[in-house]
Amino acid sequence: MPRLWLLICLCLILLLSVLSIFVGVIDLSPAALLRDPEALQLLAVSRLPRTAAAVLTGCSMAVSGQIMQILVRNKFVEPISAGTGQAAALGILLSVLLFPAAGLAVKMSLAAVTALLGTLGFLALVQRLPPTEPLLVPLVGLVYGGILGAVMVFIAYQADLIQYIDVWMLGEFSGVMRGRYELLWLAGVAAFVSYLIADQFAILGLGRDMSLSLGLNHRQVMALGLLCVSVVSALTVVTVGMLPFIGLVIPNLVSRRLGDNLRVTLPITALLGGVFVLGCDILARVVRYPYEVPVGTIFGVLGTLAFLWLIYARPRNA
Amino acid sequence: MLRLRFLWLILALVVVSVLFLTLGAKGSWGFTLWFRGQKLASLLLIGGAVSTATILFQTITHNRILTPSIMGFDALFLLILTLMIFGMGAGGYAQVPKVTLFLINLVLLTLASVALFTLLLKDQSSDLMRMVLTGIILGVLFRSLGLLIQRLIDPSEFAVLQSASFARFNKVDADLLLASAILVGLTWGAVWRMRHRLDVLALGEVLPVSLGADPRRGQLLVLMLISVLVSVSTALVGPVAFLGLLVSSLTYRLIPSWHHGHILPAAILIGGITLVGGQLLLERILHFETPLAVVVECLGGLVFLILILRKGST
Repeated sequence: MPRLWLLICLCLILLLSVLSIFVGVIDLSPAALLRDPEALQLLAVSRLPRTAAAVLTGCSMAVSGQIMQILVRNKFVEPISAGTGQAAALGILLSVLLFPAAGLAVKMSLAAVTALLGTLGFLALVQRLPPTEPLLVPLVGLVYGGILGAVMVFIAYQADLIQYIDVWMLGEFSGVMRGRYELLWLAGVAAFVSYLIADQFAILGLGRDMSLSLGLNHRQVMALGLLCVSVVSALTVVTVGMLPFIGLVIPNLVSRRLGDNLRVTLPITALLGGVFVLGCDILARVVRYPYEVPVGTIFGVLGTLAFLWLIYARPRNA
Repeated sequence: MLRLRFLWLILALVVVSVLFLTLGAKGSWGFTLWFRGQKLASLLLIGGAVSTATILFQTITHNRILTPSIMGFDALFLLILTLMIFGMGAGGYAQVPKVTLFLINLVLLTLASVALFTLLLKDQSSDLMRMVLTGIILGVLFRSLGLLIQRLIDPSEFAVLQSASFARFNKVDADLLLASAILVGLTWGAVWRMRHRLDVLALGEVLPVSLGADPRRGQLLVLMLISVLVSVSTALVGPVAFLGLLVSSLTYRLIPSWHHGHILPAAILIGGITLVGGQLLLERILHFETPLAVVVECLGGLVFLILILRKGST
């Protein structure tokens, strides 16, 4: 069963990638690639990077959502809407304010640090919540993210940078080109590393006492998870902006079908995330052709609908 | 004691209003007073409308966390507006008189809010947290749908709409202001007349029935009044997410009474004080660039967080 899923996801990713390469404002046909050097140029500068960016974002966000759910021990959270994303954006804003001349690496690092702090703040809040109210956690997350977002808008207004933050608030791939997305490969690496220690995350998900008695270095794995979530969020917010709800919906879909053995399910979660984001991006390109719709709005609609379905159609064993 | 608190509230409102009108005024007094008077009127109107709508909503849902805007009512208003522009095109939209448009929108919003209410809030078995979460998610859904449809319509039509979708307390249409004042005034009158009935509605679903009062008709009527208030405030300044919650929780704190005859006037006063005082502080004293809506959002969000944390841990 999991093998079949993996195979289907792989096929879908390949199929959508081919589609993504040939869909866009400028016509590009497979035949043109063979004789037209300009077509090759288009492929290398825009279409391939864009496709790769969508897949990488989808994979890494789905994985970081899964890890966040383990860290918080709640199925209904994901980093981008629960404060990590907003904290990362706040970090970028601060770096623009404090070190205007600095390059992408500085921006990125500061964003990762603030994302880490934001996630830690959320974890501290969640620890005060009673375990009997599972839906309280996403609720607190959404409001916490909203407050961080409002703080960011406040600073942006004061510094006259309000036009900047739109770029991070609503994710889209239309700005992705060669030379402007490569950081996302790092996010892919982070997702892959977390796959290598997937079984330790699975044990972490059993809770602190259980994982300690099973001999897990609880603190270390927790720190690794936090690092992964923060880095992936910071990277995606810096390069493509906030894409909410993927990290929530995809892991839940997979876990409802295939269970929680992360070593088996994490690759499927990652690939399905890639399929979903790439599919939405293609949709965003064709739905109002030749204009583009930001893919973030499509997520806003599909993601909230899926979220509602998740909280109303609870699995029988829950 | 209540009387004293009311006196304090009225005094505070008068002080901030006078300061708002006069502080830092240069040049012709006639112009300044006229210009600032309009702003003051709109702030008072919005503050009063939003806080009344919130108190009414919390009364019929028996719940002091949810507000119409947290449930996405104002996003719904904007979504309906977007759909109307999408359906008619900017040209067609411009030809229909503003009042007709507003009325159509109002009727649609009322229908939608009654549907939402009966679907979600009447279900007594569902737990509170799921209800609140659903409300917030629905708000996000309405906003995203609105954004998506805005992107689908032509760029020129988009410009018509864009001006309607941001909370702005500074630029208010003078014509709209008068019409809104009349509408809100009428609604306040209706609400004041049913203040005792509201006391009964606040008792829950079961108790009023055993007292011989059917709550359903009252709830429907209240929902219609809420829709009017939300439509007016959203049409006038755009969405203000957490203002209502901020004001209503302050009101319950300051006025320990179950009588809507006390709560509602206090909420209207506090709403006015919050907006006028906030604007005064932000614009005249601190000279901030940030719109008041952002600060209110931040503070209201904190209040919301505290409320749900407290609710969840009991």
